[in-house]
Amino acid sequence: MTDSLLVNTSPHLHKKESVKRIMWLVTLSLVPCGLAGIFIFGLGALWIIVLAILAAVITEFVLQAATRRRITVFDGSAVLTGLLLAYNLPADVPFWLPVVGAIVSIAIGKQVFGGLGQNIFNPALVGRVFLMASWPKYMTTFVRPLSYDAVTSATPLAALTEGKALEGISYLDLFLGNRPGCIGEVCILALLIGAAFLLLSKYISWHIPLSYIFTVGLLSYVFGAKTLFAGDWFSHILSGGLILGAFFMATDYVTSPLTYKGQFVFGIGCGIITVVIRLWGGYPEGVSYAILIMNAATPIIDRYTRPRIYGS
Amino acid sequence: MVRLEDNKFYTADKPLEALPLPAKVYIPLSQHLGKPCFPLVKAGDCVSLGQKIGSADAHVYSLVHSSVSGRIKAVTDWPHPVLGRAKVVVIEADDSCGPQRIDYSLREDVDKLTPESIKNIIFDSGIVGMGGASFPTHIKLNPPKPVEALIINGAECEPYLTADYRLMLEKTQEIIKGIELVEKCLGVKKVFIAIEDNKPQAIKAFRRFNYNVFVLSSAYPQGGEKQLIKSVLNKEVPRGKLPFDLGVVVHNVATVFAIYQAVYLNKPLYERIVTVTGSIVNKPKNLLVRIGTPIKELIAYCSPLKEDPAKIISGGPMMGIAQYSDEVPVIKSTNGILLLGKKEAVPLQEEYCIRCGACVRECPAGLLPCMINLASERSIWQEAISYGALDCIECGVCSYVCPANRRLVQSIKRAKLEAVR
Repeated sequence: MTDSLLVNTSPHLHKKESVKRIMWLVTLSLVPCGLAGIFIFGLGALWIIVLAILAAVITEFVLQAATRRRITVFDGSAVLTGLLLAYNLPADVPFWLPVVGAIVSIAIGKQVFGGLGQNIFNPALVGRVFLMASWPKYMTTFVRPLSYDAVTSATPLAALTEGKALEGISYLDLFLGNRPGCIGEVCILALLIGAAFLLLSKYISWHIPLSYIFTVGLLSYVFGAKTLFAGDWFSHILSGGLILGAFFMATDYVTSPLTYKGQFVFGIGCGIITVVIRLWGGYPEGVSYAILIMNAATPIIDRYTRPRIYGS
Repeated sequence: MVRLEDNKFYTADKPLEALPLPAKVYIPLSQHLGKPCFPLVKAGDCVSLGQKIGSADAHVYSLVHSSVSGRIKAVTDWPHPVLGRAKVVVIEADDSCGPQRIDYSLREDVDKLTPESIKNIIFDSGIVGMGGASFPTHIKLNPPKPVEALIINGAECEPYLTADYRLMLEKTQEIIKGIELVEKCLGVKKVFIAIEDNKPQAIKAFRRFNYNVFVLSSAYPQGGEKQLIKSVLNKEVPRGKLPFDLGVVVHNVATVFAIYQAVYLNKPLYERIVTVTGSIVNKPKNLLVRIGTPIKELIAYCSPLKEDPAKIISGGPMMGIAQYSDEVPVIKSTNGILLLGKKEAVPLQEEYCIRCGACVRECPAGLLPCMINLASERSIWQEAISYGALDCIECGVCSYVCPANRRLVQSIKRAKLEAVR
């Protein structure tokens, strides 16, 4: 009997939780806004999503096989990266675009660092800014909602950041997603359903999303118009990729701080950079860059927001 | 801190029961923190129940007594539940050497004993902290400065274990008398009996006495000395210091019961209560066991098992030690034997850390277990220490919550060892 005893260190009890489960649950929480995106922009959006996911998974598989590491494509993390990348694309980009983006996301954003958990930057956003820098025209040409044809249209955020008032788009339109934009970012209602699921099941905490969104709201209210304290802060919150970014990308475990205190700082930093880019930068949208820049700041935030050791 | 499934239902209702006298006992000469004892006996000697068989020439140590009347077979190396292998005195029970059971009579002049003489009796009885740390009790009763608060630890926050719980139910009066003795030794005014709220019966039992019962919320590791002090007194033991420095002393209920037996009955510490439990055990029990009894005898007494154990743990599932042999004896700090079946004892695949922060949030010591782990894996010991490796209490919460099954506790223990070098 004693020959077959398992001897290892305590604890001998483990919570029923796994990386795989977390990744698939986050993916699940992103389904509502994807469905909304497909409904709003047509079946083209579905193909973009499918292609991005397939390209991400295949890239991960090939790289892991080539470097003879354990194949982990079913842990859901590559699927999640592909999905998030697709959600950050307009619905009528050429079909090769999500494929290139996903390859960059997985290869440059994730695997060169050593794979899941090792990367410094959010892989989906690495792919997105690569596409943005390489093919800006495709990345800023948006489909008009519910018309299912590729009539291009300016996003409400572009108008907002130029200091114009929004015409013909109500808060309700913004909330439901009746506006041009990227596939996964437009329907705030669907995003909030997914976010509520993640918050209630404690897979994410409120610290990053709340501090991020609050900072954007506050700064866009103060500086968002010609005179101080007159900005349309509510539209700033509802438009662009803020809600998608704040709940689903800034909260990425791997690239955000470990402690609540650090996450708070991270969220505020994201908020400031987002508003600076939106109001004074060359791009209408700053969520991707804000999160990536704060990803780079994560180690230093972690350093200064360590928990207090018992008895010190 | 985390809430765990306590799984105490297996044995919570099982009354204390004496394990039949084993044919042989293997009594380790090191069952305490401090210097191991040397044997006072040699092969062939006859010893009687409760006779002193081990002593040491040091400041920090605890005496060892025989748990049977019998003949010494050998003094030899033998599997040890904590140390791996250590010196034991092997004694074969033999009625011609003395009685195997003593009907102790109650001492009547206890009130007249001075604190000094009480402490001497406790030292002579070989009492150590029975909650797990095995620190010699007489030293904990000799504080370098005045003690303001005494906490009696009845938390028993480890899942599965009910040894302390049954003791609190069945020996309440005796524990109270033991507490009085400790109070007298320490000259302390404030006394708290701390019990987790998942033991309402025990709370009720102690409420009948004129003592302050402090009800703890059931959270692990609530019963850790430092966590207990924080919960009860809202004070923290400064880093690198002892509870003494705060004017606080913590004693486990089982230790206090042993103190009662030593002083009132003149009975040295040679038996204790051990919970034998697990989902594969058909007849889980709370057993009164002679120190030195091989755990296979306890397992046999609770058999048949539903399947062969895949893991044998001495202690609870969170801090207990997996055993490589069922020959290891019960020692003074053995509060439970937990048997896990095949399905419960699966080695888990370790994944990369995804920095989810669960270990950081739950760590009761305020450390960054995931970062210590990374530093330890790369042998950067200085970095590991800077993340607080030396403050780790090894409660196991980090490894418990980790979704990537990182061997956090293991790597922190490693870092601690390397740091000392």
